[in-house]
Amino acid sequence: MIRTMTAILALAASPAIADEIWVTNEKDDTISVIDAETFEVTRTIPTGERPRGITFSHDYSRVYICASDSDAVQVMDPVSGEILHDLPSGEDPEQFVLHPDDRRLYIANEDDAITTVVDTETRRVIAQIDVGIEPEGMAVSPDGSTVVTTSETTNMAHWIDTQTEAIFANTLVDSRPRHAEFVKDGAELWVSAEIGGTLTIFDAATQAEKAKISFEIKGVHEDRLQPVGFELTPDGKTAFVALGPANHVAVVNAETYEVEDYLLVGRRVWHMAFNADHSLLFTTNGISGDVTVIDVAARKPVKTIKVGRFPWGAALRPTEG
Amino acid sequence: MRKALLAGVLAVCAGSAGAETTIRIGYLSVAQPAPPVLSNLDPRPDDLGLAGARLGLAENATTGRFMGQDWKLSETVVPEGGDALAGARTALAGARLLVIDAPASTLQAIADLPEAKGALLFNATAQDGELRDEGCRANLLHTIPSHAMRTDALAQFLVGRRWTDVALIEGPHPEDAAFARAMSASAEKFRLSLVGRKDWRFDADMRRNASAEVPLFTQDLDDHDVLLIADEVHDFGRYVAYNTWLPRPVAGSEELVPEGWSPVVEQWGAAQLQGRFEEAAARDMLPEDYAAWAAVRTLGEAVTRAGGTETDALRAYILSDAFELGGFKGSPLSYRAWNGQLRQPIPIVTDRAVVATAPLEGFMHQGNELDTLGLDAPESACTAFTETSQ
Repeated sequence: MIRTMTAILALAASPAIADEIWVTNEKDDTISVIDAETFEVTRTIPTGERPRGITFSHDYSRVYICASDSDAVQVMDPVSGEILHDLPSGEDPEQFVLHPDDRRLYIANEDDAITTVVDTETRRVIAQIDVGIEPEGMAVSPDGSTVVTTSETTNMAHWIDTQTEAIFANTLVDSRPRHAEFVKDGAELWVSAEIGGTLTIFDAATQAEKAKISFEIKGVHEDRLQPVGFELTPDGKTAFVALGPANHVAVVNAETYEVEDYLLVGRRVWHMAFNADHSLLFTTNGISGDVTVIDVAARKPVKTIKVGRFPWGAALRPTEG
Repeated sequence: MRKALLAGVLAVCAGSAGAETTIRIGYLSVAQPAPPVLSNLDPRPDDLGLAGARLGLAENATTGRFMGQDWKLSETVVPEGGDALAGARTALAGARLLVIDAPASTLQAIADLPEAKGALLFNATAQDGELRDEGCRANLLHTIPSHAMRTDALAQFLVGRRWTDVALIEGPHPEDAAFARAMSASAEKFRLSLVGRKDWRFDADMRRNASAEVPLFTQDLDDHDVLLIADEVHDFGRYVAYNTWLPRPVAGSEELVPEGWSPVVEQWGAAQLQGRFEEAAARDMLPEDYAAWAAVRTLGEAVTRAGGTETDALRAYILSDAFELGGFKGSPLSYRAWNGQLRQPIPIVTDRAVVATAPLEGFMHQGNELDTLGLDAPESACTAFTETSQ
């Protein structure tokens, strides 16, 4: 339905109206904007240094970009591509998550072992929370009560109460956690561990470990199977997990925690974003400098799109009104 | 503001983690006379190795904050000509976990001290093959790669490039000889042809004479694809490149160098580690720093994961399949159960870039590809580990 509408709009109006996938290019200091219908790069927008995490405000009127080496979170107008202002982010922001209140941004400061909470309206730091070394993965529960920061070298998930902005629990995960997400309406927290080669699933209410997923691809040494970014389908039934230098995305049954399939993508696959109706998945492939488009239903890579050097983060910008 | 929050965090953790456990690590450095070298370009940092141990400790302490662990590092320096064993006894009286910068024979003597029985020692600087072979000790682990691991890495690279005819120039120091021996063994292991070999005998000052002397010196070597230099004290090797009779790349101790760590390593999150080190030590992170860092971080992982501080239990966990350390080199690091050597990728670097990282693709191993580098279980004559672990 939405797709049809987009098609009609695209025909009727300018070609810039289709949904877009925004990709940060870590070593080019740019964003590549991909037309989610034609798979063409329609714009390349300059950013601060070493852009990594990227997320949109709830109404998509603003895009937040972690410009890690500029020590800033940049706020951009996605229509004009102009930087409106910087947010005080703390040093070396790598990843962040926008609270459901659409206002508080929780930022992992990789070099400082701190999670910074910024009010995007007043542009002030509300709190700084000491966490483990190299914080990176950031997740927020759908009800907004809990934010999780994972620290890559300390190998922990730190559970933060968003009322008090203080840690209320710390749970160990396997080596080098990279990405965290609350899934299934917040019932579970998933954390990927790059060097450990696993996904750990926690019961969010008790912070108890519930399951652990490992990976195995014939002909690829287990040390190369390094889960990083992942996304679940909206029904919570299927997870797609980027396996870094294994150059594959794993398809996981999110109910049984069994791996069902492995899809070959570009080299050192990092993160990913769905299009609006979740029929397509776009993965950033760091070393090959491209984006693989996966047909979600068919579980097949269908297209490779050349972007900038070392694409890292990805986010959807739906454009139909 | 931050102080107040930190206090809050600590209060929460103290509640959940219970009583504080104190873990003491000793860093023992036995100063050795440095051989004279031609160039004054590379002064040895006073805190070489130690700065890595300090950083590792700070990282352990950050994790420890959430785990009810209190980490302490005590530093012992034995000056040149001092009594290394007395220094070791002092260090062992304060800590049962030691990271040591000392030559091979001193390491063995320390490991054999009655006071070292039941202690866990880490060799962070000595690359000698013997320590991983028949001269191994059950209470001594190695985080610095051996000469053989480094030369195997380089040999894999040369095979990959099909630069299979190699010539070798060897310096006069024992370290040079050890590196040359390892290089020859690697050449045999990976089927490179050693077509020529010469000993460096000059006593001239190469800063002035390299362009005149080196072409003649290398003229009578049979044709080769690459010229290897064994100059581990970094005396003459730097003057060889671009002065050879034949236009050939130079590798080994100079130019293209296999190292456990280098300031040019930046992938796999290494940029973060480099940044933290630079901020703390105000200089680049060198292989000895990395090895000391890895030793301290090994203990951090072991105490956190094995859930105790008892030395035997830590050792058993570290040598088990369950142990892994994120080492910013793309693969998890672990220890070889047969000789206590830390398995690790070896970056092959120039001063400006990582050219390749070993193990290179295509070099297979039935267990772990990292074991294509250095002494594999069937080749090692070390028995101390099998005796204690089985």
